[in-house]
Amino acid sequence: MADPMRVRATESGGVVDVKILMKHDMETGQRKDSSGKTIPSWHIAHVAIKAKDKEVFRGQFGTAISKDPFLNVKFKGAVKGDEVVVSWVDSKGESRTDKAIVS
Amino acid sequence: MIKKILVGVIFSFSHSFVFAQSNAEEIAKYRQMIADGNPSELYEAAGEELWKKPAGPKNATLEQCNLGLGPGVVQGAFAQLPRYFSDTKRVQDVESRLMTCMETLQGIASQDVIKESFGKGLRKDIEALTAYVVTASKGAKVQVLAAHPQEKKMFDLGKKIFNYQGGPMDFSCASCHAEDGKRIRMQDLPNLTLAKGAVEGWGSWPAYRVSSGEFWTMQRRLNDCFRQQRLPEPIYGSEGTIALSMYMAKTAHGGVIQTPGLKR
Amino acid sequence: MKSQYWRLAFGLITSFVVNSASAQRVDLEVQKILGQSFQAKGIAGLDRLVQDENQALCSDEKLRSSKAGLAKQAQLQKVALAAIKPPSDGIYVGDWKSGERIAQSGRGSTWTDAANTTNGGSCYNCHQIDKKEISHGNIGPSLIAYGKTRGYSEEITKYTWNRINNSKAYNACSNMPRFGHFQLLTEQQIKDVLALLLDPQSPVNQ
Repeated sequence: MADPMRVRATESGGVVDVKILMKHDMETGQRKDSSGKTIPSWHIAHVAIKAKDKEVFRGQFGTAISKDPFLNVKFKGAVKGDEVVVSWVDSKGESRTDKAIVS
Repeated sequence: MIKKILVGVIFSFSHSFVFAQSNAEEIAKYRQMIADGNPSELYEAAGEELWKKPAGPKNATLEQCNLGLGPGVVQGAFAQLPRYFSDTKRVQDVESRLMTCMETLQGIASQDVIKESFGKGLRKDIEALTAYVVTASKGAKVQVLAAHPQEKKMFDLGKKIFNYQGGPMDFSCASCHAEDGKRIRMQDLPNLTLAKGAVEGWGSWPAYRVSSGEFWTMQRRLNDCFRQQRLPEPIYGSEGTIALSMYMAKTAHGGVIQTPGLKR
Repeated sequence: MKSQYWRLAFGLITSFVVNSASAQRVDLEVQKILGQSFQAKGIAGLDRLVQDENQALCSDEKLRSSKAGLAKQAQLQKVALAAIKPPSDGIYVGDWKSGERIAQSGRGSTWTDAANTTNGGSCYNCHQIDKKEISHGNIGPSLIAYGKTRGYSEEITKYTWNRINNSKAYNACSNMPRFGHFQLLTEQQIKDVLALLLDPQSPVNQ
């Protein structure tokens, strides 16, 4: 499995604030290495967030998203103690899933 | 007529002044915005795993590593480094001390770390471990008094190296870091010779550098400084680099640690 | 193997400096630690840690502001000024457009540079020059309207030429690198940088 994400979720006034740090090189496919060869593109393609088995967020990441992306999502409908599950799949088919409890 | 000209003059004068002020403000705003998502946390998480995972020929963890506050004590340890260690009989910074622990506890040779490159292999492991250790001192005050005779010696040596001019551009650390309010291009330079500037510098590295997407420890920061000073390369974890860290840390004594930091 | 050769050479050069009558006392402890703590890389050799008289004096805060130190500064300035060569064809002012490029470039002389890299002047690192460029440092004084303010006399031209070639001819412990003395910039490059400051058509003087 790929490197772990850092997921934090807090609830206040009915709104759950989810902050996610993902570890990924997010190569655009435009960069060249020191020998002049183009480094192939390799990036997170899809991100999904689930709370109480319901999908609350879906995103398509492309080459405009920077290395080690930080994602901040707010949603309504979960309470303290509920589990939030974040998953991503990248352009090579690698994936990562991490969880956090809403505090 | 004169009143209109006067107002115009005052407006254009204050306009350029406000422009310069708001640049620093904008950068501060940007830093605040991304402070919540500091990718250093990813390195800290990796470092915590490495601390607790058996590794090396001795297949041991680093959980007995003594960073100065007793075996395994990580909380607050960075705040009192560099310091003298009676087992190695020398003053050590966090990176050289982690190398000592990797060698004595796990059997991993320090030479293998020293000859590696930054961001790769064993060096990358030390970087992650450093992130883990410094996070456990975030918010603490620097406690480096350099009371031990060896520590005082290193402080004095560090100060001399700090002021040592050399190379084809005559640069020393002091060329850039010995005055208040200076900057290179738009990069503010902390005055490392006084407490306030020293804690700005010492207390904000190691840090994640957004421009290169890499986590830089103090050893790496020093390495790139020497490169830009047009001087030869400092050897990883060498006495000279530890002396410079001792100089900065003691000068920063009492200031609050903000590591791991986030830089452009 | 090669690094051992350099460490030996480093030690020999250092002891030579210690023994030569006009040198100030060299701190042997510092020299020893430096020799052990650095290694040559790329074009940056250990010889770069061997100090000349100017570097040695200005590294010592206490000594350089003492009576003997100030006298030494004056002497070093005199020697430096006398050593500056005027342009080989007598023409001081080059091409300001090229000068701006040189002022913007920070390339050269580091261990990641090739030996044949064209050096830049790194001028904007420390100085404000063309007011259009807001990304400038403040380690050195602002050079806005340089020629416009000072005029374009022969005296100003020669002073500016000298200053770029060896700033330490006027202030021994100046922070500014010695672009001519260490051949960081070529004669033509220095002419071009001078033009940036002293060509009436340069954006600096508009």
